[in-house]
Amino acid sequence: MKKLINDPRAVVDESVEGFGLAHADLVTVSSEPKFITRKDAPVAGKVGLVSGGGSGHEPLHGGFVGVGMLDAAVPGAVFTSPTPDQIIPATLAVNSGAGVVHIVKNYTGDVLNFETAAEMAEAEGVQVRTVLVNDDVAVEDSLYTAGRRGVGGTVLVEKIAGAAAERGDDLDAVAAIGDRVNQNVRSMGVALSACTVPHAGVPSFDLEENEIEIGIGIHGEPGRHRIPMENADAITDRLLEPILADLGIASGDKVLLFVNGMGGTPQSELYIVYRRAAQVLAEKGVAVERSLVGNYITSLEMQGCSVTVLRLDDELTSLWDAPVHTPALRWGI
Amino acid sequence: MGHLTVGLDVDWAVRWLTLSAQAMADHRVELIELDRAIGDSDHGENMDRGFKAVMDKLAEAPPATPGAALKLTAMALMSKVGGAAGPLYGTAFLRASTSLGDAPDIDPAALAAAIEAARDGVVARGKAEPGDKTMVDAWTPAVEAAAAAAAAGDGDVLKVLLAAAEAAEAGAVATDPLIARKGRASYLGERSAGHRDPGAVSTALILRAAAGAAK
Repeated sequence: MKKLINDPRAVVDESVEGFGLAHADLVTVSSEPKFITRKDAPVAGKVGLVSGGGSGHEPLHGGFVGVGMLDAAVPGAVFTSPTPDQIIPATLAVNSGAGVVHIVKNYTGDVLNFETAAEMAEAEGVQVRTVLVNDDVAVEDSLYTAGRRGVGGTVLVEKIAGAAAERGDDLDAVAAIGDRVNQNVRSMGVALSACTVPHAGVPSFDLEENEIEIGIGIHGEPGRHRIPMENADAITDRLLEPILADLGIASGDKVLLFVNGMGGTPQSELYIVYRRAAQVLAEKGVAVERSLVGNYITSLEMQGCSVTVLRLDDELTSLWDAPVHTPALRWGI
Repeated sequence: MGHLTVGLDVDWAVRWLTLSAQAMADHRVELIELDRAIGDSDHGENMDRGFKAVMDKLAEAPPATPGAALKLTAMALMSKVGGAAGPLYGTAFLRASTSLGDAPDIDPAALAAAIEAARDGVVARGKAEPGDKTMVDAWTPAVEAAAAAAAAGDGDVLKVLLAAAEAAEAGAVATDPLIARKGRASYLGERSAGHRDPGAVSTALILRAAAGAAK
């Protein structure tokens, strides 16, 4: 394993430190306990948005801290949820009095730690609402699992709920917009290779040269099915079909199509996937009104991608278009 | 009657936590490897980091009772471990601490009750049931074995601890064929069978350390 690191146990500390230096105009980094806040937090009268999770998914979540998106991000160890002693001070730091929304990906650790932190922040007098993101259609049998995971849809929830908070929506309204995005978004991912967690030092799963893993999450955990390698169009079809079926997408629907890289796949290949997905949607009479293509929610250096489809309405579209200025996403300002 | 009842005091609790920290360091790679197979390769690293934080806290402010030692452990694990294991073990130690109260010594009945309280805390937080391939599959046999040993009534706390540790170890081994229904391994579905649950293994290590500390 070759990695551009100094010490496997210092990866998150040093990376977050560098992130803070690189984006000092947008964010403030607290090192102990570790969390990242928007430079001008708390913004008077505005609902605060806090998200977080294990590190290794960059630019999620720290890269989305800034105007029009998150007020704070709380990074855990690599692929490990952050702890309440980080989440609570981050929540307090961005509370202007209008309350705070926690955006939580549906993983057991994230849910338990944010749940504990929300209880304790409420005891400190902060109103907290939680938006749980669980957009992963690869998890089929949700009664017998920890439930669908939060994956690509998380980026869209953070952007759109962030825009709602920025325009002045109150706490319940921001949480309701977040829930609405979650209800209308589905994702599915594929890995062509595993990733290597720095402190583990070996790949997170073993994949033969001619095999791919369909239905992966974002923590280097294996997926549901292992199949022989196929071409990009065939793989895209495998990802898209269950998404469209689950969402009940029909001719005449308007959608946002998001093709996300897992960290080790070039942009050019992501566009090949996008091309096929756009073709299939066009054939079905679905209008792709907005798009996003790039590495936004990753799994270290894993090769692969995820496809995310969000059913749009006029309000969600206008919130998507609203100005945003963060280290990883910027338009309109 | 007639033979001395050995109690468990705060020195035992500190020895237990020290042996647990040692076990997490010694088994760090094994736990990472088990988690790599059906999870995300972080359990050994997180538990090692968490119990090192427990050792720091013990050195900073030595506790006066077993209950206080377990409360300090709960707080350290909750704030340092992360993942699911932090809140789960944090809740387990917190409930055990509450169950013990301020008592300076623990008798077999109080010990069995504390182990049961710990298990109930894990279940309340994680909502897992026996057979879901989680740490509950180590805790529940330990609760039952501890209760039976305590009820046998010869007043020997070591027997209760040994019964709990052995049952937890057997419970961890028995997770091998199970299909995970909670936690990150559940996403694997049937492919989770054939692997041992890392949380059940760490639970067995902690309960074995408790027995080791009483010898």
